[in-house]
Amino acid sequence: MSMQQNIPTSTIEEKLFTVKYKPGPTSHLIPDQNDCQVCPTKACNYFCPANVYHWDPMQSLNLVAYENCFECGACRLGCVYQSIEWVYPKDGHGVTFRHG
Amino acid sequence: MADLAEAVDVVIVGAGPAGLAAALVLAKAGKEVVVLERGEFVGAKNVFGGAIYTQPTAELYPEFWKSAPVERFNAEHRFALLTEDSSTTISYKSEKHMHAPHYNSFTVQRSLWDRWCAEQAEAAGAYIVTQTVVRDLLWDGDRVAGVRTEQEEFPAKLTIIADGVNSLLVEKAGLRRSIPKPNEVALGVKEVIRLGEDVINDRFNCENGSGVIYTIAGGPFEDITCMGFIYTNKDSIVLGLGASLYDLQQKLLKPYDMLERFKKHPMIRPLIAGGEMVEYSGHMIPEGGFHSIPTLYCAGAMVAGDAAMLVNNVHWEGTNLAMASGRFAAETALQALENNDFSVYQLALYEKLLRSSYVVQDLETYRNILPTVEHNSDVYLGFYPRQLNSLMETLVGVDSVPKKEKIRQFMQSSFRKRSIPSMMMDMIKIGGPMLR
Ligand SMILES: Cc1cc2nc3c(=O)[nH]c(=O)nc-3n(C[C@H](O)[C@H](O)[C@H](O)COP(=O)(O)OP(=O)(O)OC[C@H]3O[C@@H](n4cnc5c(N)ncnc54)[C@H](O)[C@@H]3O)c2cc1C
Ligand code: SF4
Ligand code: SF4
Repeated sequence: MSMQQNIPTSTIEEKLFTVKYKPGPTSHLIPDQNDCQVCPTKACNYFCPANVYHWDPMQSLNLVAYENCFECGACRLGCVYQSIEWVYPKDGHGVTFRHG
Repeated sequence: MADLAEAVDVVIVGAGPAGLAAALVLAKAGKEVVVLERGEFVGAKNVFGGAIYTQPTAELYPEFWKSAPVERFNAEHRFALLTEDSSTTISYKSEKHMHAPHYNSFTVQRSLWDRWCAEQAEAAGAYIVTQTVVRDLLWDGDRVAGVRTEQEEFPAKLTIIADGVNSLLVEKAGLRRSIPKPNEVALGVKEVIRLGEDVINDRFNCENGSGVIYTIAGGPFEDITCMGFIYTNKDSIVLGLGASLYDLQQKLLKPYDMLERFKKHPMIRPLIAGGEMVEYSGHMIPEGGFHSIPTLYCAGAMVAGDAAMLVNNVHWEGTNLAMASGRFAAETALQALENNDFSVYQLALYEKLLRSSYVVQDLETYRNILPTVEHNSDVYLGFYPRQLNSLMETLVGVDSVPKKEKIRQFMQSSFRKRSIPSMMMDMIKIGGPMLR
């Protein structure tokens, strides 16, 4: 299995660790928590490439790790209710891709 | 109401290939042009596969490969069809594409490439302002009259909206009725994996600065609309995939998990072995093609590049369409400035230029191909890759069964799974539009 061990696998946390961020002071992503509560699939918890959203059943809240966001816009389009209040982070903030 | 007395000639939102192409053409013609870019530097927010295509790029930046930060020229294109555990690859390589000026395409990194393009526009006289988010448009009646940033207003005679696939401004301008649907975009994720120049040359059969592009279908993503890609940089490679956002949303798939499965495929594994992952990233890709194009202009404004959904994603072509549309927008702007007419009647020229070029014509040719593949992804990205690989198995497998018998079994099993008429229809649906 040396081949398997040799390939650069990584968890999403390890992946995000390679990305440079300068998070803004507040979240630029505001899901409508009323929609989240009734949302049947919580799809954003899956398709977001930066694993930003986490449905917490205890608090009945869709938690937003906005500081990991790629600003790709997928959740703006892919939210089941298209109800995320979505803006770009403030001037000079957010993600910076060093390679792209 | 915006004060047009202080207006610059043209304000451009977004310093990607589209916005920078427009800026270069306008600045060269001596116009006052400002480009506003939200990134920390030009290119900071941008991700692609990728390859830039030599001919369309050289139209704007002649002999760019001599001074621009290009990685490798692509001498070979490999198409790989995968099942879970096998692959069939065909490769096209030509000596022709290994020499200037006939290079077909180059790999670049957007952080470096976009910055270089910005320098060319600046040298021609354009003003490029980074770390500046455009929040809204300025209006003079029903005419767009510039833009508003977080800090200030930029009145302009003309505004070029080139803010990319997640264009908030197209919606603010009222040029699209609703926000795009998930089936009109794909989500791309990729990793840059450092291997070292010599390893890449050996592993990918490269010489003298040449590189390879892989387009990959099937395999770990066979039941959804998804394509994989590999590009070779100088000392790193790019491994990624683009999947329909609709499919990800419906099937609750995590794109980074798919990337991990992809890496473990026997065709991919040895290509990345021993590499160091230096950056993970993600970005959307317009996928709706012809049907998704918004209204392309209104009084005082035009939309270029990904913001106008101008991508032919069957071929990973986007930067070329972005550059061409940026150029057409700039040429239209020159006319409008000349005539001092910023009405829809004048700006209609922009759509005319786009429609009479390959940009819109190609998207029109392909308008039903992607929807066909998408609706039948189990057939095109599942059945056919599997059958091809099982045919290869039939041909290369040595197992003391007579060849004739093996072919007969293969044919029988193929036609049992899919009838001859439906296979013919499959071909016609994809090939027909190209021949018409
Ligand atoms: C995974 C992937 C692989 C691809 N592979 C290829 C390939 O190999 N070859 C190819 O030709 N194309 C490829 N493409 C497509 C290509 O990247 C795009 O078509 C191209 O970048 C579009 O250029 P653009 O200038 O229209 O938009 P972008 O390059 O997206 O530029 C838009 C710019 O606008 C800025 N911006 C956005 N909003 C604002 C605002 N409000 N204020 C200020 N600035 C703003 C952004 O920061 C960005 O710099 C790929 C795309 C992806 C995602
Ligand atoms: S998809 Fe939309 S509604 Fe559903 S959990 Fe996510 S943000 Fe909330
Ligand atoms: S914009 Fe993209 S990266 Fe950011 S939260 Fe939405 S889906 Fe995730």
